[in-house]
Amino acid sequence: MTQLEFLKIVMPFKDKVFRLAKRLLVSREEAEDATQEVILKLWKNKTKIENYKNVEAFSMTMTKNFCLDKLKSKQSQNLKIVHSNYQDHSVALQRQIEVNDSLEWVAKIIEDLPEQQKMVVQLRDIEQYDFDEIAKMLDMNPTAVRVALSRARKIIREKLTSTHNYGVK
Amino acid sequence: MVLNNIEDLLEKYEDGQTTLKEEAQLKNYFKQETVAPHLEHYKAIFGYYTVNQQETFTKNVPLNTKKKFNSRWLSVAAVAVLMVGIYFNRPKEDVITDADRLAYNQAKSYLQLVSKTFNKGTAQVTYLGAISKAGTQVDYLKEMENPIGRILKIEKH
Repeated sequence: MTQLEFLKIVMPFKDKVFRLAKRLLVSREEAEDATQEVILKLWKNKTKIENYKNVEAFSMTMTKNFCLDKLKSKQSQNLKIVHSNYQDHSVALQRQIEVNDSLEWVAKIIEDLPEQQKMVVQLRDIEQYDFDEIAKMLDMNPTAVRVALSRARKIIREKLTSTHNYGVK
Repeated sequence: MVLNNIEDLLEKYEDGQTTLKEEAQLKNYFKQETVAPHLEHYKAIFGYYTVNQQETFTKNVPLNTKKKFNSRWLSVAAVAVLMVGIYFNRPKEDVITDADRLAYNQAKSYLQLVSKTFNKGTAQVTYLGAISKAGTQVDYLKEMENPIGRILKIEKH
């Protein structure tokens, strides 16, 4: 497999890998490293790529595992990442939606969710995969995905309303 | 879009029962400038999701197409080089050519010539032995000294 063919396969979902990594690792730099790692792993195993039924789902699973491992090792090292990049770089879009501050709140709330819910929200509400795909990626059954998603959505809405109404009600 | 419809969709959304199409509808609705005041907070949620869809991975990933250098072959190559070196550096077998033989024979004959004439010379030098013989005969002349001494004594008295 040439580099070009490989890129043709990887290009469509590399951003999704990156966003999932960023959702889990929070820091942009770490997410970039993780994405690079995942792509390099794929490149190393490029001879086997043709055998995979769904390279994209496989890569997402790989990303998930990689990031969770990373988080685990970080916890054991008792190392905390300092991050200040909740804000997205697409400024123009952000301006269109005049709720900059609330966006940050949403980011913070999602960040506080348990890892599994975080991933489900990321894959469903941002990447728009269907339940079967998510189930395959996260190695869960579709009903469990639905439940986790519903729980996460409710938490996000509840927390956001309470911050919105803070001091009002 | 009818507000009731949106509220129904939101309820379904929170139960995780909406399809992707319905979720797209919701996203579209909350993209509007103005939404119903009691649904204002949803605007942030869906806005956040829409914004996050745009984020891209911009870092370059170096994909090396060069084959990795296999260090195992390095030792094989080293052994090969060593063997070639030994083969070319081994001491040459002595091959005696005709020219060598000629030179050898010539040198031999010259040396023989030298030794022959040398022997002749030594044979002649042996005559010198006669000189030492003569030397012993000359010793008798010392006897002459005795009578001379005696004559001198007499003269003193």
